Amino acid sequence: MTRVLRFTSRAIALLALLAPALRAQDSGVRIGLTYTAGSRPAVYLLPVTGPYSDSIRAIVSRDLDFGDRVSVIAPDSGAPVNGPLNYQLYSRLGAAAVLRIGQAMGGGISVELHEVGAARLLQKKDLRISAEPLSAEWRMALHRVSDEVEEWITGVRGIAATRIAFNRGGTLWTVDADGANLRQVPGVTSGFSPSWHPNGRMIAYAGYADDGSHVYVRDLNSGNTRRVSFDIGVNITPEFSPDGRSLAFAYGSDATDLWSVQLQGGEGPVRITVGRGSENAQPTFSPDGRRIAFTSGRLGRPEIYISDADGTNPQWLTTTGFGDQSYRSDPSWAPDGRSVAFQTQIEGRFQVATINLRDRSVKQHTIEGINEQPSWSPDGRHLVFTSNRGGSRQMWVLDTESGRMRQLTSGAPARMGAWSPRLLATP
Amino acid sequence: MNSRLPMLATLAAAAVVMSACPSPTPPAAPTPVVNQDSINAARARAEAEAADRARREAEARAAAEREAAARTAREAEERARREAAAALESARMAFATKIFFALDQSTLSAEARAILDAKLPLLRTNANVRIRIAGHTDERGSDEYNIALGQRRAAAAKRYLVDNGVAADRIDVVSFGEDRPAAMGSDETAWSQNRRDEFEIIVGGETLRLP
Repeated sequence: MTRVLRFTSRAIALLALLAPALRAQDSGVRIGLTYTAGSRPAVYLLPVTGPYSDSIRAIVSRDLDFGDRVSVIAPDSGAPVNGPLNYQLYSRLGAAAVLRIGQAMGGGISVELHEVGAARLLQKKDLRISAEPLSAEWRMALHRVSDEVEEWITGVRGIAATRIAFNRGGTLWTVDADGANLRQVPGVTSGFSPSWHPNGRMIAYAGYADDGSHVYVRDLNSGNTRRVSFDIGVNITPEFSPDGRSLAFAYGSDATDLWSVQLQGGEGPVRITVGRGSENAQPTFSPDGRRIAFTSGRLGRPEIYISDADGTNPQWLTTTGFGDQSYRSDPSWAPDGRSVAFQTQIEGRFQVATINLRDRSVKQHTIEGINEQPSWSPDGRHLVFTSNRGGSRQMWVLDTESGRMRQLTSGAPARMGAWSPRLLATP
Repeated sequence: MNSRLPMLATLAAAAVVMSACPSPTPPAAPTPVVNQDSINAARARAEAEAADRARREAEARAAAEREAAARTAREAEERARREAAAALESARMAFATKIFFALDQSTLSAEARAILDAKLPLLRTNANVRIRIAGHTDERGSDEYNIALGQRRAAAAKRYLVDNGVAADRIDVVSFGEDRPAAMGSDETAWSQNRRDEFEIIVGGETLRLP
């Protein structure tokens, strides 16, 4: 009863929200092209048919909801709808699109997306998921379906088929973007500051050892791990270059500087920064790999700098007057290249902010509690960050456009989240 | 009934008289013959026993004295060992004295330098000793940047010791950032205890000699 009421009020609210989108459809423009940031076209998810239909419905509707680009109308009961659709009905319910998931001819899953305004089938796809039903890989295959549906509607692929790596209790963990499938990375006795390889199959991380800390690269499938740091001392904050061929990290026996090592042999370690006795750490690459942002204490306090990838032409990035003039760190370069997320101290507490690289304008995204360590999702719209707002430090996800937030982890404290790239099907 | 009492008394008296009658005389004992040899032997035996007893007593006394002396020596040794161990322990404790830093700083205060000065004699006397300095930060600041800051704090102490004659290869330096706080809590009392260097003897601690 409550669900029906909630569904109804939501549908009414969406009608109002969708007025512009509906007008756009009147002009005959396809849905995929009418999507504008800030609007959330409504998708009506028909009752799913076939094996594990309830799980499929729950996973896909949640994925679309967490994507923050569409609104989902998903009544959790009702007779299956076969055959031609009554588009006028869905139009009255405020839906811009109807998603039908059922059994494909000859087994597998059939996915259909209908455009309500044009009263036609927009996209159709049959797929077979070979993974064990309800297993982690099966869920990931469904997340890819959600992501593709989102792309059909908005033109931007979703981010459900991703994972977040983080530190908990001194070791490394991963969790799917929807909060399911929490796993400890096996055999890592000390691991922090994870960073994903662009192929999504490897991570780099730092770990404490008897002689300080070292940087490692690990193949997540095979578990093969190798040490990449080349000398004893502090070896922290690794980050893969966008082409995946090299790894930048901070090394030092006293002060720290950024260094780069080639992963497939070739020349030895190359020093990037010249910090002259200061801390230089936390490199993050521009998407084209030509520039880096990093944290440096060269002015006596941590600030964020940008330089060419080889360390030349360093510029102080976070120069504008915002927050306390004492501490800015933990940069993460947005995948669209346009901004850098970071943490800044405001009234003594860290908050997550982004700085626009074109005009250097700064936007503060958090207020409640201490919020830090932002890491961009591959769609360049969401950030995973560490917040203590719920009592202990946990992973939270923020939609930078709507300001919507959700808690990703709970339980023992979690920190240093790193959002993976989109995880493609294993060939 | 009373008339019978005198008769009973008479009978009893008669019994007493009869039992007092003298028995037949026994044969006379032979006259003892003095055996001087056996007297001598007995005397000698007695003397020997006495001497033996005296010897045993002397021996027991000597043994007791020896044991007492040994015990005293043992106790003295034990005490000396305990005292030496205590002195070493306090030297070790003194060596482990932490130094503290100001917020976001890695410079050594006058107090920190004095604490480091106090560690120098032990390092000079024990050339085989290797130590590890671990730098730490408080919980504020960036988790990752704090590891770099902790390294610089540890390196600052190492530099001071090296400047004062300790070979650099005897000092390992590590940083744990804010990951291993000494004091829990989110106030300045805890923070000030956590911005620190810790000192640990990693080689030669069991054969330490006092300066």
